Amino acid sequence: MSLVTGIVQLVTINIMSKLVYLVPLFPLIGFLINGLFRKSLSKSLTGIIGCGTILASFIVSLTIFSDTRKAGFDTVIVKLFDFINVDKLQIPFSFQVDQLSILFLLIITGVGFLIHLYSTSYMHDEENEHYARYFSYLNLFVFSMLILVLGANYVIMFIGWEGVGLCSYLLIGYWFKNTQYDDAAKKAFIMNRIGDLGFLIAVFWMINQFGSVNFAEVFAKAPGTSVGILTGITLLLFVGATGKSAQIPLYTWLPDAMAGPTPVSALIHAATMVTAGIYMIARSNVMYTLSPISQTVVAIIGLATAFFAATIALKQNDIKKVLAYSTVSQLGYMFLGLGVGAYTGAVFHVMTHAFFKALLFLGAGSVIHALHEQDIRKMGALKKFMPITHITFLLACLAIAGIPPFSGFFSKDEILAAAYARNPIYFVVGVITALMTAFYMFRLYATTFLGNFRGTREQEHHLHESPSAITIPLIILAILAVIAGFVGIPQVFAKDAHILHNFLSPIFEKSESLKQTPELSNSMELTLMAISVAVALIGTIYAWRKFSNNPELDEPQGLAKILSNKWYVDELYEAMILRPINAFGKFLNDVFEKSIVDGIVNGVGRTIQYGSRQLRLLQSGQVGGYVLMMVLGIVILFVIQIILKK
Amino acid sequence: MGTTQILFWFLSVLAILSAIMVVVSKNPVHSVLWLIIVFFAISGHYILLNAQFLAIVNLIVYAGAIMVLFLFVIMLMNLNADAEPQKNKWLKIAGVIAGGALLLVFVAALKNADLKNQIAEVNSGDIGLIHNLGIALFNDYVIPFEISSVLFLSAMVGAVVIGKKD
Amino acid sequence: MPINYYIFLAVALFCIGVAGVLTRRNAIIIFMCVELMLNAVNLLLVAFSKMHHLALAKVDPNAGINGQIFVFFIMVVAAAEVSVGLAIIVMMYRNTHSIDVNFLNRLKH
Repeated sequence: MSLVTGIVQLVTINIMSKLVYLVPLFPLIGFLINGLFRKSLSKSLTGIIGCGTILASFIVSLTIFSDTRKAGFDTVIVKLFDFINVDKLQIPFSFQVDQLSILFLLIITGVGFLIHLYSTSYMHDEENEHYARYFSYLNLFVFSMLILVLGANYVIMFIGWEGVGLCSYLLIGYWFKNTQYDDAAKKAFIMNRIGDLGFLIAVFWMINQFGSVNFAEVFAKAPGTSVGILTGITLLLFVGATGKSAQIPLYTWLPDAMAGPTPVSALIHAATMVTAGIYMIARSNVMYTLSPISQTVVAIIGLATAFFAATIALKQNDIKKVLAYSTVSQLGYMFLGLGVGAYTGAVFHVMTHAFFKALLFLGAGSVIHALHEQDIRKMGALKKFMPITHITFLLACLAIAGIPPFSGFFSKDEILAAAYARNPIYFVVGVITALMTAFYMFRLYATTFLGNFRGTREQEHHLHESPSAITIPLIILAILAVIAGFVGIPQVFAKDAHILHNFLSPIFEKSESLKQTPELSNSMELTLMAISVAVALIGTIYAWRKFSNNPELDEPQGLAKILSNKWYVDELYEAMILRPINAFGKFLNDVFEKSIVDGIVNGVGRTIQYGSRQLRLLQSGQVGGYVLMMVLGIVILFVIQIILKK
Repeated sequence: MGTTQILFWFLSVLAILSAIMVVVSKNPVHSVLWLIIVFFAISGHYILLNAQFLAIVNLIVYAGAIMVLFLFVIMLMNLNADAEPQKNKWLKIAGVIAGGALLLVFVAALKNADLKNQIAEVNSGDIGLIHNLGIALFNDYVIPFEISSVLFLSAMVGAVVIGKKD
Repeated sequence: MPINYYIFLAVALFCIGVAGVLTRRNAIIIFMCVELMLNAVNLLLVAFSKMHHLALAKVDPNAGINGQIFVFFIMVVAAAEVSVGLAIIVMMYRNTHSIDVNFLNRLKH
């Protein structure tokens, strides 16, 4: 009997994995239906289709996940069709099912489904057509993101990469009648594109170097390639990641992207799209391990971004902007983790960050929905009006601050420990950033939920908890934010209890074998942990006490002013980059376009007109003139004959 | 130089000078008279070539009938020298140059012709005699001869129709 | 006489006729220049006919008579043409009271 079941199990072991194409297929169908029939669908039907497709994808992902948990699971590649087939270059449209992609699949579809559910209530005030448009774009985004993580080669990943950039543009500019929102959407797309150029050049280089872009082949050939070439490729890929994941210098689009609806900010700019860069580097871990220079660059930029964004978040007064800078900062942490070789730590942080950041954004959305206000200086004392939102928000803040036993503690600590092992300075800066993180998050929490209500009488009158479609996702995410950390219990606490590490080990084992991550002694690790926890607690308590009755209402001065103006980076970009480009464009228009190009085109026209005017004089109607022409013609013919005869 | 040659040159010069005077004269009546002299010169050439019939026919038909017709029409219209407006100076120059170019081109074309040294028979030769011409005309070319009478008929009809006042 | 001389003479007369056609504006003068051209051609034809006769007299006593027959017919046609042409000119004069060819620029429209 056990033999039969064993055989059945073996036969079916990879059936669901082969059906992985269903996962992106459902959101694609949802996009098409909601998009094409948006004028005729009712809101409830739109919501059902939009959420249902993601739920279906989530269920399929779960079954595939159960496949991967079985012993003896190996990477499954499902080829759909030949995409590009040129001479020696084969780029099939294939999906790769392995531990890394399935983890991301679960995060995307799971958190995605909760956010879709949330949106059915949040966007309820929109008209039918726009409501359906929203859900179609959201489904399209999930589809693109799934393509990105499922791709078995860099080109398919790039298709998804571009797709999420496009959907980001569409969704940020969702309320397209506001030109400021349109500008924010354009900014996001253009900055993404700048990064994409780096990605593309890296892909071209890979084709030139390896003759293929399939992950399996590239990673097999990488150890034999020169370090210089690998460094070049990985740095270019990282440029793409800075654009997509909002690192220095291509991060300024993310705070502006808060112009989109809050669920969009939660899904795209917290949980999924911005983690595409992390995924890409995690996927390419072999190449990065082989290029220490790139790793250092990644680590330093990640750390700098984390620190820099945290300083800006200290003085922001828009609830979503604080969260946006917080996202940039946390992404910096993830890149720091990748840069020091803690690949599992970075992916772990992606997972926990998805939970608590999405929760934070959705909670903020709940507050915005209730108050129609985003400035925290005009909020306060929401604790008694919106209890569920309050509790979930508090749990998320605790998680992000890194307070044990919430999830953020485990993931952040893993990164910090690995950072210390590489270079103690990384750890110091990281801890300072953690202090700032705790501080600004609890500043946000205290100013919004504690103290006295600083809004208008009208708002107070209408203030109530949000409907269940909003609060249920909040509760689910809160539970996840609390317990998710326990899949990554470090060595110091329990031997071999790091479930996530064991799960992802096939992905990262080659990197491990090429370069051993330095081990820390248990005592060292515990000390580091204690330091970070202490720092987080200090920041939390200080902010709590400072801001619960004393919100910062005055205009900032001095350094605070610089911080609240985001270090004037946008203005710097405008002066250094935008203005010269605009001036150049204006120059080209005035000189080149108007004088030269137009001159040539108009000149041709004028010449033809002149010529035809002159030619018209031939037709004088005078017979004498015609006879003259005849005689001249005969003369010419004779001359030609004479010459030819000679 | 024999008589023939002198005659030839004299007649040629006369013909060319008269032709130029035809073109250049302001008074149309003068042009007609100069043209008649041209015809006489050409008839002289015909006689030199012993084409007797043609010489006489040239004089009778051309100088006698056609030129008289021209004179009739000119007199009918009372044309005087100053009645004719002058053509544009440039066009006149262009015309003269075109004619000159044509001359040059013909000369150049025929300069290298094979028949450089062939001789045209003068003073002798039977084919110009009316007897031989008549036999050839009525034996070999009788059909064109008859059809030319049809041609004359149509020309007369045409002239009458066009000239009718209605 | 070498045939060249006749050729040059005829060509000269012809070109003077052409110059006349292009230069004058009086319709009748133009017509006369056309007659001049025709005559030049006649002269050349007769000269050629004599040339052929000289070359081929032993073979065929009537060689070259075709040239003179042709000249005969040219004169026939010229006569017919003059009568019709002058009728047209008379009509033109009757309608426009001028025989300036520049008047006839109807082809322009």
